[in-house]
Amino acid sequence: MIANNLPALLVVLPLLGAPLCLLFGRSRLAWLIATLIGWLGLAISVALLLRVRDGSVLHYAFGGWAAPWGIEYVVDPLAAFVLVTVSLIGALVLPYAWRSIEREIEPEQQALFFPLLLLCLAGLLGIVITGDAFNLFVFLEISSLSAYALISLGRDRRALMASYQYLIMGTIGATFLIIGVGLLYSLTGTLNMADIAERILPLTAKNTLRTAYAFITVGLALKLAMFPLHLWLPNAYAYAPSAVSAFLVATATKVALYAMIRFIYSVFGVEFTVAQMHEDWLLIPFAAAGVLIASIVAVFQHDIKRMLAYSSVAQISYMLLGIGMFSVAGLTASLIHFLNHALIKGALFFALGAVFYRIASTDIDAMAGIARQMPWTMAAFVLGGLSLMGVPPTVGFISKWYLILAAIDKGWWLLVMLVLASSLISVIYIWRVIEAAYFKERPAAAPSVREAPLALLIPTWLLVAANLYFGVDAAHTAGLAGEIAVRLMETP
Amino acid sequence: MSQDIILKVSAKLLIPFILLFALYVQFHGDDGPGGGFQAGVIFATGIILYALANGTERAMRLIPPGVLRPLSALGVLLYGGVGLVSMALGGEFLNYEVLAHDAAHGQHVGILLIEAGVGLTVASVMLMIFYNFATRGD
Repeated sequence: MIANNLPALLVVLPLLGAPLCLLFGRSRLAWLIATLIGWLGLAISVALLLRVRDGSVLHYAFGGWAAPWGIEYVVDPLAAFVLVTVSLIGALVLPYAWRSIEREIEPEQQALFFPLLLLCLAGLLGIVITGDAFNLFVFLEISSLSAYALISLGRDRRALMASYQYLIMGTIGATFLIIGVGLLYSLTGTLNMADIAERILPLTAKNTLRTAYAFITVGLALKLAMFPLHLWLPNAYAYAPSAVSAFLVATATKVALYAMIRFIYSVFGVEFTVAQMHEDWLLIPFAAAGVLIASIVAVFQHDIKRMLAYSSVAQISYMLLGIGMFSVAGLTASLIHFLNHALIKGALFFALGAVFYRIASTDIDAMAGIARQMPWTMAAFVLGGLSLMGVPPTVGFISKWYLILAAIDKGWWLLVMLVLASSLISVIYIWRVIEAAYFKERPAAAPSVREAPLALLIPTWLLVAANLYFGVDAAHTAGLAGEIAVRLMETP
Repeated sequence: MSQDIILKVSAKLLIPFILLFALYVQFHGDDGPGGGFQAGVIFATGIILYALANGTERAMRLIPPGVLRPLSALGVLLYGGVGLVSMALGGEFLNYEVLAHDAAHGQHVGILLIEAGVGLTVASVMLMIFYNFATRGD
């Protein structure tokens, strides 16, 4: 019974855990329930991945209403891969959050944190697992609305402004998406993605279809912070509580990117998106500009969280480059970076959260000399930073390696240079932090602090360990990403 | 506010009908226009009208703000709980057909229960929003 219902349970558990946590308020029990659900979610995701590892596809008809009339959940290798990534970060953020939010969220608002985080998790998992275009919009809204509220929980008053900015941009993105889905519905009379994909094949010359495509692409580009639509992201991630930043940076934009891959490759099909709409002309230049400009802007940031947020825009652009190449190699690189970027940025934001826990700031000046007092935290940051630069044997190296191979494969030498240049720039901005933390004296006025508590260090080091493990043994992730890429390119 | 006898009396006349109509919309949602969302909003309007006529404080004595958050959570849990029960009885999530002996009866029971959950949550969230705005700055 449970085995057959796993796809539904994955989304239902956090969705019902949210009100349950709300009932328990600020008590330890709410945290326990949330953490339990987070780990159950990870177990279910892994079980689903193992079941579809052979390339099979699981279908789950909601309420017993068969597709295409009812809402259908579809788990294919791509979905399972992203589900594991998202629930892995969820499972690590929840135990981390318990100590972290003590310092970063006002006491009377702490009761809201776990319900909101679980809702956001449910929404993100729902986007990935659903096979229904409208249902995807609903889940996108569930995750976004809870994300706006989560960001606004930050103690810094600027968090409210950042959250509001994100709300406006995010709502425009969601509206564009729903307009696009509405146009698709008017054209095909169905909302099931697989069904739409079949029915639009004879309609590719229609202007309605082109319009729908444009709306959906731009809407999702806003949600995933594609350069130059990324302006909401740096503030939102800089002023949110650390646990929230870590969770969103590792999952939210990536899930929007997943939705884009789904629409471009599975629903509209490569034939239409490349031959007719020239999606690559849109993605490659903007992504290339994003890689370069966001990296350069990151160098000049004082707040390290903001710096890493800009770096995320650059990293998302890497993934867009891979998607825009429309080749198996490019997609493989993108998909590997999906998981790898989640591991890298998760580790870095966790380490910063631990710093914030002790010194209540992530400003580069406030962090001067901190490495002597918090050696484990800063060591984790350095290893995460090395991974971000792409130093072997970390996952960052694997990502860059595959991306460069894909670019060489296409013969785009300029792009190869660009990726290398942006890696060099990331050396600069990570080095600034290392220099401040290791080589500067602690300011005389600054209070002496102790190492961060184990509740923060253990999740951080688990992610750092994952960075190293998947960097050494990349056969599984690269193999899986390669298989998924081949399948995506094959779909008509 | 306390001087406004016309407002108070007409509110007193209207409120019972508004609440009753909310219940009508709630329980006829499965075979007519309506449902939990609409019913919840209508029910909340009844209470909001009471608050407008008699002051927010008296409305808060009638329905204390403290109970609203648990109530809103309970509504969602009721909705999801029906889904879990249908799963436990061997159907898919929210497959009402397994809830009773025959499929049609099961559909009836299922939709009634989940609409009750929706109504509960919507009514309490509406009131929560109203209370939050009405007491802002106090």
